Amino acid sequence: MLKIENLHVAIEGREILKGVNLQINKGEVHAIMGPNGTGKSTLASVIAGKEKYEVTEGSITFNGKNLLEMSIEDRAREGIFIGFQYPVEIPGVSITNFMKTAVEEVRRYRNLPPLSELEFRKMMKEKEKVVELTEKLSGRSVNEGFSGGEKKRNEIFQMAMLEPELAILDETDSGLDIDALRIVANGVNKLKSPDNATIVITHYQRLLDYIVPDVVHILFDGKIVKTGPKELALELEKRGYEWIKNEYEQQKLQ
Amino acid sequence: MNSKNYSNVMTPFTDFIQTLFAENKPQLPYTKEVEKIREEGLRTFSEKDFVVFKKENKEIFEKSIANSTNWQLQLTTPAYRPVEEYFKCKVENIDSQMFFFQNGWFVNDGEKLFVNEKGVIIGSLFAALEQYPQLVLPYLTEHPSEKEDTLSALNRMLFSDGLFVYVPDNVVVERPVQLISLIDSNQDLLLNNRNLIIVGKNAQLTFIQCDDSIHFNKSFINNVTKTYLDESAKFFYYKMENKDAESLLFNELEVMQKAHSEFYSNAMTFNAGYIRNRLNVYLKEPFSRANLYGLYLVDKKQHVDSQIFVDHQMPDCESNQLYKGIVDESATAHFLGHVLVRPDAQRTMANQTNRNIALTDEAHITSKPFLEIYADDVKCNHGTTVGQLDEEAMYYIRTRGICEHSARKLLMFAFANEIADFILIDSLKARYKEMIRKRLNGELTICDHCVLHCPYVHE
Repeated sequence: MLKIENLHVAIEGREILKGVNLQINKGEVHAIMGPNGTGKSTLASVIAGKEKYEVTEGSITFNGKNLLEMSIEDRAREGIFIGFQYPVEIPGVSITNFMKTAVEEVRRYRNLPPLSELEFRKMMKEKEKVVELTEKLSGRSVNEGFSGGEKKRNEIFQMAMLEPELAILDETDSGLDIDALRIVANGVNKLKSPDNATIVITHYQRLLDYIVPDVVHILFDGKIVKTGPKELALELEKRGYEWIKNEYEQQKLQ
Repeated sequence: MNSKNYSNVMTPFTDFIQTLFAENKPQLPYTKEVEKIREEGLRTFSEKDFVVFKKENKEIFEKSIANSTNWQLQLTTPAYRPVEEYFKCKVENIDSQMFFFQNGWFVNDGEKLFVNEKGVIIGSLFAALEQYPQLVLPYLTEHPSEKEDTLSALNRMLFSDGLFVYVPDNVVVERPVQLISLIDSNQDLLLNNRNLIIVGKNAQLTFIQCDDSIHFNKSFINNVTKTYLDESAKFFYYKMENKDAESLLFNELEVMQKAHSEFYSNAMTFNAGYIRNRLNVYLKEPFSRANLYGLYLVDKKQHVDSQIFVDHQMPDCESNQLYKGIVDESATAHFLGHVLVRPDAQRTMANQTNRNIALTDEAHITSKPFLEIYADDVKCNHGTTVGQLDEEAMYYIRTRGICEHSARKLLMFAFANEIADFILIDSLKARYKEMIRKRLNGELTICDHCVLHCPYVHE
């Protein structure tokens, strides 16, 4: 589904990603872990299409299509969803209106018939339940005045609405208390299917108790330095990032 | 009286006005006191420099006026035409009391003045002056404020009629009073309406003012509205402007506030030829409050000028200003917000914010906040921005599959809707939001198919 080969990315001339290789298949959950500042969020942003990042080498293909040539919106329409670490507040744009526009444009791109008002409302209601958003979302502005937990739940709600093939959750666990974490993780698990895939980017192992990955990658110094089964996350939790750092430095010396 | 009595340099326009006044004075509505007002107006008009706008706009304005010194005055009340002839459409679900002015004159099928069982008086200013001189005269003849400029003076010289509203003490007027000014003329009209609104102690009034054109000759509208709020009075003011490119529209609203009174204003400009909105608020007694909101959406070669003056004269008063604008193509917007905090006005709270979005390189915006503070125990803030749409928000929206074009629109609606969200009447809020949406989609224009753009009317 997603294939990243030898990806090099720079911001303002500074190289952040230095040759990332990654392949994600349908039905898989991948975790990308690593200390701060190693390029985890950069990777998510490059897949999303954020403009200030410059791809200097390598490729990203999604279902065989060259992702790097697509606009931000076309990547989303092709089925990529980014759950942000810091979702932007957009005062004045109601969630209903926002999602209606998004669903409309995504469906048009996918050659699906537009939803009727009734169908759309029904869908909103259903998807709100996924993340236990009991309070009325419809009247509120996107993320405005939301607590940290509400913002993250709103991200998962949007994911549910857009039904992506590949969801990339960037530090979705940051700033969440244990209840919010459980709700968000449950939401993600409910949306899981054999046809879609998830990348969970996280600093801590905690989230992976709830969203169990098939594969764990460790990103360090702009590269994936270690890949393993879910137990790798536990080991990392136990031994700390120093372990990876030391191992990496030694490899470098050799 | 003729123009040669005055020695200052004349522009063709001042010269023209003086002649117009001399020729038409005998036909204008007359009382002894009104004549004095007119003569004083003439003096001020002739003595003061014709500086209507700040430097930047002056040239454009004078050019437009110099181009047409063939303005006509309408000297008599036009024949009454039933409202339905203008309102081809159904009035929407707001229950307002509507009063019509056509070409500057109060038009109605009969009465010129309405008095209800609670003593609320609404109608023609001249009719009120005739019937209740003791009530009207002290306000009408009040010495103009130092803010009076040539246009306010022009209004004093030439005012034809205006709406008079009197709300006695302790009376809450439930149904909003709506003033609709129509222009229907095949001449280039110069109109001067002078409205007077008096809200008594503990009384409450909602007032909605709409300006519309029907025939699209040039028009020059120069309105002055004076408002007096007694102790603990509440006054809610809504203004909607949707004018064709050929029109000059000057609105001046002055509000005098006594203790614990509350003034709310929300002014929206959707299309303009040349619009200047002037708002002078005098917080004359302690604990008076003013909340002022404004929105202007202009494009093509439209101009809109917002000049706001808030005078904190006494302690413990509060004023808030939030004005926003989206300026497209080669339109121009100016904002001048002057907050004066006088030495006695301790514990003043004053906020002023002006936010602008320029959509093109040709769009021209100037924003001048001006806080003049002479008291030491005050909380005053001001902020002004001129920028583009928020890039982070654009990115976020696009990651949801929404194209750049739609993302821009969503953000523009959001930016503009913030002002609509401050509207206190739900049906009016919904209607304004719909107008904002249409305006930003380019669907709302002055066109023959949609005769009246009043917010309560469905096309």
